[in-house]
Amino acid sequence: MFKKDLGASPKQKLKSSIQRSLRNSLLSTYPLLTPHIDEVLPKKLSLEQIKLPDRVNLYVIEGQPLFYQQDGAGYLVPHLRLVHRFPQAFPTIRIDRGAIRFVLSGATLMAPGLTSKGGRLPEPKERESEPVAEGVPNEGPDEEGRWSRELEKGEPVVVMAEGKEEACAVGLLVAGTKEVKEKGKGPVIEEAHFLGDGLWRLNVE
Amino acid sequence: MAEPVSVARNVIYCGVCTLPPEYCEYGGTVKKCQEWLEKNHPSMYERIWSPEVLEAATASLSLEAQERAAKDAKKKAAKAEAAEQKHAQQLANSVITIKRIERNKRKYVTSVSGLEAFGLELKKVAKDFGKKFATGSSVTKTPSGGEEIVVQGDVSGEIEEFLLEKYKDIPEDNIELVEDKKKKASAG
Repeated sequence: MFKKDLGASPKQKLKSSIQRSLRNSLLSTYPLLTPHIDEVLPKKLSLEQIKLPDRVNLYVIEGQPLFYQQDGAGYLVPHLRLVHRFPQAFPTIRIDRGAIRFVLSGATLMAPGLTSKGGRLPEPKERESEPVAEGVPNEGPDEEGRWSRELEKGEPVVVMAEGKEEACAVGLLVAGTKEVKEKGKGPVIEEAHFLGDGLWRLNVE
Repeated sequence: MAEPVSVARNVIYCGVCTLPPEYCEYGGTVKKCQEWLEKNHPSMYERIWSPEVLEAATASLSLEAQERAAKDAKKKAAKAEAAEQKHAQQLANSVITIKRIERNKRKYVTSVSGLEAFGLELKKVAKDFGKKFATGSSVTKTPSGGEEIVVQGDVSGEIEEFLLEKYKDIPEDNIELVEDKKKKASAG
């Protein structure tokens, strides 16, 4: 989606009522972010919006990109810089080493990169640890990096990489993780936001 | 899982390719990234680029995949280098033109074009000019399609000095003063 460099457009301050609704939808999409929400969206600072091509809105606070949203398409997707700051708050899958360079050049993420030995798909199971806070679903990655809940089609997901600590892409699933496991082929994430793409390089100052 | 009180992680980004250093190897400017990391974050450099780590990483790939990756990396590096050279060449070739235009007998405006080639934002620079010289300063479109800054008053000489002082990467030879009027020149 952001393979090419993006033209910078002027920033717009958002009304506080819109900020509030964004905050709520962010929390409902990423309940794991609840403990950190004041850090992500400090109440005192005002949120700004940058319009990008293809009717995408990017939300920025204090020169820090937070997340973007396609007009009408619902889900807020975190910017990778936000993911790097709060990696534990987003559901993850992991790709094997061989797939990294394709993802980083903007290819569609395909199932074999996830089903192979280096890849990690969610593995539903009961978690032993206590929930972080009340009202927060008890989910998270296990020691191996498998998320504890199957992810549905259309859900936003963070893509980690084998042998790396930081996330390398985020995007919306075009196939549920269960389906991916059964089929073992086909696209999994199309049009992701990946490290080094136009959105990553966009100057938001 | 982290405690609720945990603060945001502060991730270090490579100063050359802006990716997290782990991903520098995919950026195409690997050599430069390595140098940068070694200089700025030696401990991290040790962790990522030490021979043992590299060996362990490549061992898990098949020979064929390794070859392909290497070829790909080479191609990317060459591409990045070519782009850089082109950029440098462009910089050397581009000229900033400061033009003094007679508006009305003894009144002048000064137009500055060519700044965008040096990666400057015209709007911001125009604001700076206006502040510095206490005159009107605006970005206007030229008939030929580009954009230029038009400053009110004859400030051609001062602009040259100001540019040289503020933006060190503009070589003096690349600035050109032009008079655009029928009468003979007086200042410059």
